[in-house]
Amino acid sequence: MKRSELISRILITATIVGAVGAPLYFWSRTPLIHAHIAEDGGWSPDVIKANVNEPLNLKLTSDDVVHGFAVGQMDMQSVDVLPGKVTDITLTFDKPGIYTFFCTRWCGLNHWRMRGTIEVSGSPSDPEPALSEVERFPLYVTLDLDIDAPHNVPVIPSSQPSAISGEELATNLPIDQSTDYYRSHSPYQVFDELSRTSLTEIQRWDVVASIWKSNMIPESLANGGQLYAQNCAACHGENGAGDGVFADDLAASGEASMQTMTGTDNMMMQTPVDFNDPTRMLGASPALLQGKILRGGMGTGMPMWGSIFTEEQIWDLIAFLYSFQFEYHN
Amino acid sequence: MNRIELTRISFIKNALKSRYPQLAVFIVVLAGYIFAILAGLVGSPVGSHNFSIVFVWIAWWAVLILVAVPFFGRGWCAVCPIPLPGEWLQRGGVLSPPHKKPNWLNLRWPKFLRNIWLQNISFLLLALFSSVLLTTPNITGIVLAAMLFAAIGLSTVFERRAFCRYLCPVGGFIGLYSQTAPIELRIKDKQVCVTCDGKPCYNGSQAGYGCPWDVFPGGLTKNTYCGLCMECIRTCPHDNIAINLRPFSTDLAKPSTRMDEAFKAFIMLGSAMIYAGVLLGPWGAFKDAAYNVGTSAWFIYAVIFLAIIFVILPGLFALGILKSKNTLPLKQRFASLATALIPLGLMFWVAFSLSFVLTNASYIIAALSDPLGIGWNLFGTANAIWQPMLTTILAPAQTLSLVGGLIWSARTAQKAANETRTSSISVIAFSFILTLVMLWLLL
Repeated sequence: MKRSELISRILITATIVGAVGAPLYFWSRTPLIHAHIAEDGGWSPDVIKANVNEPLNLKLTSDDVVHGFAVGQMDMQSVDVLPGKVTDITLTFDKPGIYTFFCTRWCGLNHWRMRGTIEVSGSPSDPEPALSEVERFPLYVTLDLDIDAPHNVPVIPSSQPSAISGEELATNLPIDQSTDYYRSHSPYQVFDELSRTSLTEIQRWDVVASIWKSNMIPESLANGGQLYAQNCAACHGENGAGDGVFADDLAASGEASMQTMTGTDNMMMQTPVDFNDPTRMLGASPALLQGKILRGGMGTGMPMWGSIFTEEQIWDLIAFLYSFQFEYHN
Repeated sequence: MNRIELTRISFIKNALKSRYPQLAVFIVVLAGYIFAILAGLVGSPVGSHNFSIVFVWIAWWAVLILVAVPFFGRGWCAVCPIPLPGEWLQRGGVLSPPHKKPNWLNLRWPKFLRNIWLQNISFLLLALFSSVLLTTPNITGIVLAAMLFAAIGLSTVFERRAFCRYLCPVGGFIGLYSQTAPIELRIKDKQVCVTCDGKPCYNGSQAGYGCPWDVFPGGLTKNTYCGLCMECIRTCPHDNIAINLRPFSTDLAKPSTRMDEAFKAFIMLGSAMIYAGVLLGPWGAFKDAAYNVGTSAWFIYAVIFLAIIFVILPGLFALGILKSKNTLPLKQRFASLATALIPLGLMFWVAFSLSFVLTNASYIIAALSDPLGIGWNLFGTANAIWQPMLTTILAPAQTLSLVGGLIWSARTAQKAANETRTSSISVIAFSFILTLVMLWLLL
């Protein structure tokens, strides 16, 4: 074979091998977390490992629509994950544990299924004191509530209860206004207890509203409103009426969008709860709502938020949910 | 006719005669081609951030339709890397002189397929899926790979470049439109070819291979099937091959009489109009139908697409030339008058391509730095912002192309009508109406 022929052949072969090999090599060394809508698999990978106090650098990209990224129970701003673009984010964890990361953009019907975990190992930088039995479990567990039991009330107010009107009446009443009392009782239970007094029905509801108001500060209501708008309104609707942008689709998709269940567990998809419905809402105590938010609605489209919201965030959110029932201001 | 022989310039002649400059270009383009396949398969599925979409369907397409085809005819075929691996296999070498005994099967291409109907079909196959093909890196990667492997496969079964000549979906229209280009490969003196012993330009010799495009250069009257591979310049023992600069659309003076070529003109004309309507038009339902391959809406779209190309456009055209005192059969008049649609179609494609090329050209800058769309920044331009270019001149340039195309097609129609002794009025009216429709679709 002539030298020129040999060199040509080597050149062509090297070109083919190089054009395949070089990009593949560098591609394999560029770890990326891909976001797809949940129907196409959600996050990939969806389990990430990290160590305490070691910065974790993540490169995120979307393969379809705009997604968002945030880690639950962590004080961080969510970042947008754009199609074809790469978002860099560095996280540092100071406690070991399993953290949940999730999509923060309403990317599709099963948006809330877009979750993954970051497994952080190591020992915490400053060990916290051991928690007591009461602190370790959420209130609804301590109270042993059955959060799936129906909690409809037999009586509803004829008009929206006003906290302002109730405040004056409440000052003269021998009732418990503490946080513990508020959290463990439904508005109807308090209303019922107030039947011992000489107040009219509408006055009793106003007192209930004032107790609910006295147990939250404006900041927590505002914070709860923000959490609601970002995380809940997609299904439950901006005005709490259960008519969010996904509500119709959820109802239409029915079983199809549910995880596979068999036998008696095979429940129908339920439509998102209407927080404007007093029959349901006034029968729910904050502790009961805490349970529902923490655990989610098993067999419904309601996700579990326990791995994402902090306890404080959940109480803020609950305070906001009651604002669909009670008038807090004039 | 005035021609300037470029091969008189010794630099050009030597550069074409030597195999090395072409081989160097082949290797670079092959690397780009393979990289495009790879990027399509492993890179970001977001088309606008993937080399395979941005460099194939925006950069390459722009160069092809706005520069290569109008000015160099089959210039792209001269450097296209697709036949390279197959020919190495077929010839048993890259540069070495051909073997006495051919490798592999080396069959003749079947006679009934010696036309461009297969290319018409392969183009239509891609055209019907184009909305998806042009935006999905995966599919683009697969199609590019399939073309490469088809070319390799055909090289082992048939002689010469069967894929390029009879199957390549792009080669069909490049050939058709190359007739308008101001460049040609022709022989200098016919007598030399008549008396030439052994015809090494067709049969090959120690100096090079017989025409890979299965063309006898001595008989060349139009550019359509000459791939500008320059093999005959290397093999001609009499230095009788020239590359000429010539006036635009020279080949169209002698109208074709072939139905496959006539329909190619309709296919290209119709698909440019349909694309302008579907991809750039305001009709969401059409766009959805074109994107949702496999749905019933898409089937309706496909049927309409094919009906426009094979029934409506040719039907109207045939109706226009039906009544004529001419004695030539309708089929022949149809084929030769359709020649007028070649410049019209080319300029339709230029006008249509201008809009999406100028709109999307800025993606090239970002894709250069991050070709796989996975966060690289090779040249610091990965974050270049998408911005339509030259927006102010877009509409005037499109109008100019379309009106220019109409005038060009009218002149071609007149020549073709003289040739067949018929009237060109109905053809010009046909072109005029289509140009109005295209103007309305684009502007």
